[in-house]
Amino acid sequence: MTATSLTSTQGAGRAGDKIFSGAALAAGCLILAVLFGVALFLVVQAIPALTAPAADIQGGKGFFAYIWPIVIGTLIAAVIALVIATPVAIGVALFISHFAPRGLASGLGYVVDLLAAIPSVIYGAWGAAFLAKEISPAYNWLAENMGWLPIFQGPASATGKTILTAGIVLSVMVLPIITSLSREIFLQTPKLHEEAALALGATRWEMIKMSVLPFARPGIISAIMLGLGRALGETMAVALVLSSGALTASLIQSGNQTIAAEIALNFPEASGLKVSTLIAAGLVLFIITLAVNMIARWIITRHKEFSGAN
Amino acid sequence: MTSTLTPVRSKRSALTKGQLPKYAPYAVLAAALIAGAAILALIGFNPFGWGIVSAILFAIGLVSWSAAVEGSRKAKDKLATCLVVGSFLVALLPLFSVIWTVLANGVPGLINPGFLTTSMNGVTGVYDNKAVEEGAPVLGGIYHAFLGTVQITLLATVISVPVGLLTAIYLVEYGHDGRLARAITFFVDVMTGIPSIVAGLFSAAFFFAVVGPGTKTGAVAAVALSVLMIPVVVRSSEEMLKIVPNELREAAYALGVRKWRTIIKVVIPTAISGIASGVTLAIARVIGETAPILVTAGFATSINSNVFSGWMASLPTFIYTQILNPTSPANPDPSSQRAWGAALVLIILVMVLNLGARLIARIFAPRTGR
Repeated sequence: MTATSLTSTQGAGRAGDKIFSGAALAAGCLILAVLFGVALFLVVQAIPALTAPAADIQGGKGFFAYIWPIVIGTLIAAVIALVIATPVAIGVALFISHFAPRGLASGLGYVVDLLAAIPSVIYGAWGAAFLAKEISPAYNWLAENMGWLPIFQGPASATGKTILTAGIVLSVMVLPIITSLSREIFLQTPKLHEEAALALGATRWEMIKMSVLPFARPGIISAIMLGLGRALGETMAVALVLSSGALTASLIQSGNQTIAAEIALNFPEASGLKVSTLIAAGLVLFIITLAVNMIARWIITRHKEFSGAN
Repeated sequence: MTSTLTPVRSKRSALTKGQLPKYAPYAVLAAALIAGAAILALIGFNPFGWGIVSAILFAIGLVSWSAAVEGSRKAKDKLATCLVVGSFLVALLPLFSVIWTVLANGVPGLINPGFLTTSMNGVTGVYDNKAVEEGAPVLGGIYHAFLGTVQITLLATVISVPVGLLTAIYLVEYGHDGRLARAITFFVDVMTGIPSIVAGLFSAAFFFAVVGPGTKTGAVAAVALSVLMIPVVVRSSEEMLKIVPNELREAAYALGVRKWRTIIKVVIPTAISGIASGVTLAIARVIGETAPILVTAGFATSINSNVFSGWMASLPTFIYTQILNPTSPANPDPSSQRAWGAALVLIILVMVLNLGARLIARIFAPRTGR
């Protein structure tokens, strides 16, 4: 009896092994299939818009005339977000990794992570209801005193719902991403490098400048790229904050539009060719973010091989 | 200034010569606060401006004092410290501002009777106009949206967790860092960067092609959320499975246990706390996603308990539509009250999930025996 039960469990075990490893493999392949499917279905649904006569597309000048201004608008918003977020994020990461008291550091890191937990629609609502109102006097001041710069050309928007406000909201949203990645890299700096610098009499800032920052540079670059990927694809903050319009150079007037917000604002009511056009716009966004993310990941992987970190 | 400092300096030992006294930061802070208040009193006082002006004065004061006494290297160090601490404080501003805005605007909506137990079914602009003009109670609530969010997120979790966990098991236990495993790791990382609206469009395009144009149900939204959720689950589970000590696996193999039994009975139970907290964090991440639901589930004002047919509301899209298209365009105040109430509920939900994840990780952490 023991012999039969032994063989039977063995048989079940062997089959179980096969089934289990097969399921694990299938799940892994499913992920590759999904990513491939994302690209495939977007292309299939976008083809009607890409092949349609120019006059049928919104604006009447063809798909590329339609997508061009919103690609530029997306880039403008993302660049504003990164210009604001990067220095602050690196400062915060340094504060948590090298300046804050040891006992507090993980708690403070958690507080910054809370920024990432807040849903994007709430950031959008906050930007539209609070930030836009509070910041519009500053736009008036910029229009009066810095109006000779094309980007601050007046008259400033009275509601404050401009691409600059949207960029500021986006910067708050990408800040925790850049912070948490840079923090990880800063903490991986070899302790011996830091201690050697301090032993030679360097101040804390000199130690950071000489040992931490050079070590972390590739990591910081890829963190910024990942933040860029997030800023490019963020929808709600822009859709709720920006009162959109044609492409304009001035950041403090209403106008400009991003791909993601354009899709969110128009897709629910769209039908027919308009759906295809918006899916094609999504495809363009997908390709841009995919390229940015792949470059960032490639930098991280290369860096990993060099440093032996992780 | 130097003349007043000289007697103090002469008392010190040679070792501490040329350093700022210990009370220096506090003295400069006090001076900066007073000077800041004085400057703002001239142009109109407000606490926010006071904080900023004082912080700038503090940095200038401390750095220039340090430059005068300690030399440029120490001064640069002080400047860097000021900038780093300052950037942390700047990062906290939006966090507190967002939480304060949501609390201040959301509490009136939340304590409105019936807010959590009624839907928006039949609530039209007429009632909102009455609420503003005649002081009638604001009608309507978020019951339908709350139900939709729970259903969509639950379905997304049911799809994502098995796929994500099995993939993580493949990567750690079967992949052996081979070419396929590395490809999966790379594309999972790339997938974390897919914009949420593209995930929504993919799901919509998929169902348009398979089921028929214009298919918008809760299930479509759940598939979209799964695309966002799977990579998060894979990454966190992979990390957790990796730190399970190899000795445990080897001990199980030595006792003649099959590999799949080892994984189910030894590896996963050891890592379960980390996996559970990772899944909770993944749920917290997708529960607030708006864009994918917006393009996949449409809008509904009534309760829909079937994820497989009909449009479905959710908390994020409820907030979005109430702000952007108020129920009564003439009087948007009741709508914005409902939107902020829903935002407060959503933020509480996300925070509870985040804290829950930390608690799970702490309570169910395996005992290391040390």
